[in-house]
Amino acid sequence: MKLRRTRAVFQKEFRHILRDSRSLIMALVLPMFQMLLFGYALNLDVDRIPTLIYDADQSAASRALIERFRGSRFFEIEGFVNSYAGIEKAIDKSEVLMGLAIPRDYSQRISAGDKANLQILLDGSDSNTASIGLSYVESMVQNYALEVRSAGQERLAGMDLTSPVEARLRIWYNNTLESKNYIVPGLIAAMMMVIAALLTSLTVAREWEMGTMEQLLSTPVRAEEIVMGKMLAFFVVGVVDTVVASLVGIFIYGVPFRGSPWVLALTTVIFLTGAFFWGILVSAVARTQTLAYQMGLVSTFLPSFLLSGFMYAIENMPAPIQVITHVVPARYFVTIVRGIFLKGVGLNVLWGEVLFLIAFSSIVFWLATRKLKQKLA
Amino acid sequence: MTTAENGSAVEVQDLVKAFGDFVAVDHVSFQVKKGEIFGFLGPNGAGKSTVIRILCGLLTPTSGGGMVAGFDVGEHPEEIRKHIGYMSQKFSLYDDLTVEENIDFFSRIYGVPRERRGERKEYVLRMAGLEDRRATTTRLLAGGWKQRLALGCAIVHEPSILFLDEPTSGVDPIARRGFWDLIYQLAEAGHSILVTTHYMDEAEYCHRLALIYRGKLIALGVPLALKRDMHSQQLLQLDTSDLLATMQALEAEPGVMSVAVFGAGLHVTVQDATAATARIRQVLEQKSIAIRRLDGIQPSMEDVFVALIEAEDQRTP
Repeated sequence: MKLRRTRAVFQKEFRHILRDSRSLIMALVLPMFQMLLFGYALNLDVDRIPTLIYDADQSAASRALIERFRGSRFFEIEGFVNSYAGIEKAIDKSEVLMGLAIPRDYSQRISAGDKANLQILLDGSDSNTASIGLSYVESMVQNYALEVRSAGQERLAGMDLTSPVEARLRIWYNNTLESKNYIVPGLIAAMMMVIAALLTSLTVAREWEMGTMEQLLSTPVRAEEIVMGKMLAFFVVGVVDTVVASLVGIFIYGVPFRGSPWVLALTTVIFLTGAFFWGILVSAVARTQTLAYQMGLVSTFLPSFLLSGFMYAIENMPAPIQVITHVVPARYFVTIVRGIFLKGVGLNVLWGEVLFLIAFSSIVFWLATRKLKQKLA
Repeated sequence: MTTAENGSAVEVQDLVKAFGDFVAVDHVSFQVKKGEIFGFLGPNGAGKSTVIRILCGLLTPTSGGGMVAGFDVGEHPEEIRKHIGYMSQKFSLYDDLTVEENIDFFSRIYGVPRERRGERKEYVLRMAGLEDRRATTTRLLAGGWKQRLALGCAIVHEPSILFLDEPTSGVDPIARRGFWDLIYQLAEAGHSILVTTHYMDEAEYCHRLALIYRGKLIALGVPLALKRDMHSQQLLQLDTSDLLATMQALEAEPGVMSVAVFGAGLHVTVQDATAATARIRQVLEQKSIAIRRLDGIQPSMEDVFVALIEAEDQRTP
């Protein structure tokens, strides 16, 4: 591989990029747009669940319970009704997601020290929100029940009784458990895979369509030099995109950045190289721009968004799918970016992922040059 | 380097290229001498481009092979690429780059030494007549200019051999003439040139000519000799008052081998001109068709080509 020819390809390719202003603007604006769109839309936090209350008891005890709900950030009391039917109707119309029914004998049973029942109605058509809402209610009611019981016992025993065991939870890395802290770094990783592959997916195919590839292949330039030169030209765009996406994450979403920017830079370079080579490989195989674009999109978008662990935890996937995720480069980069952003870890922890990305990039580079060397027909 | 020393730039031996069942090049052999303009004449799909692509290392031959600039086509395609310039059928420059940027790019890709690049660029610009348009985006150039620029980019590294695959397709006749002037200049400067065409007039500009038809080389020689050698037959130019009736009248005539419309008259191929002339006059007089002209003529390249193809078709239908 000769530096002179690689540089000639690089400069030529860079001129193409600069002169195709429409594509360039898209390449620079698209990541920002995606960050904003996905970052806000993919909010997995469940709070302020709209709740309707049917209080049949109308006592001090029931009102104390309702106050608990009112005070929680997880629930938003939309109003009161006088029957079950009212709750049902509101859930059917999707006006509320949850209904709380307090039975007529609630206060009686509480003061008698008996077991009182509450009825919770949840709209299960959104199973995720329903199950999270359910767990909120359960933990809240349980706490409340404990308090009620100990208050009763204290009254009986005349002394301060507290629950013998108490769990004190401390959540690391994302202590407010906000999903954006989890989503945004993963989004940067998954999105860059797609953008990088799409950027290069047209370049070889365009040369086949224009006839310039045949011309290039008749010159002393080698396949390695073509692939490397093209990759480097798009690299500049890719780095700008990653920086923009990271800045949006840090400043607009307020995601903590605890690691080293240098480790992020280094791993990004390795990751982008592989993603760009992938686009070039796809382009060399497809030979037409339309096909190359579609292949580039399908081969990166679905795996990067669904199988990288960016949205869905890999541990929850069926075993065969889990196996497939091991060859998805975005999976490793998602781990790396999250690690750097949230945990502040460095290469001593992430070396395995980095090694995979290096291997991926080398293999794809080899495949792409081999494909280009296959000459015509 | 033996072939390069003994004066052939290109030597092709028994070259065969098959795509599946289709034989695109069928046992073709020829040589191109140094400084020669060697033409490949044949209809579209005859296999001209395939031969050129093999010689440029873009396709691998099925069997047989050749030497280009003294290097074996199958074994050292990388070496060959340093010594050749190639212009493909399709216009193949970067049309979003300027004239100058295209030249610079190919100059670096071909490995022209840095200190010679400026000088070579000026030469190419001058040769192509593009000195005033060096900063013009290539897309905006007219067809003829683009073609000259493509030729310029293909010779920027002073290759000893040039492969031009239908270099003038889609270019107007005046630009074509100008383009051939350039080809002559290059041949005089010592470049060997292998050029394909399906224009008969262009074929006559070549020093030597190979006729290719259905993958086979059916004739090879100097254009004049090809015309002279054509047939034991002779050719008559015949203009009459009613061409259609004339054709019908003569087709069944023994001694008349073919009658074809050619411009405003007919070309009649006959075995013996003197006997046929008398017979034709007699037949047409009977049918009261007036003869405006009846002469023996020199066959054109097209006559040669048509005759050879007909002969080939009769041999292998």
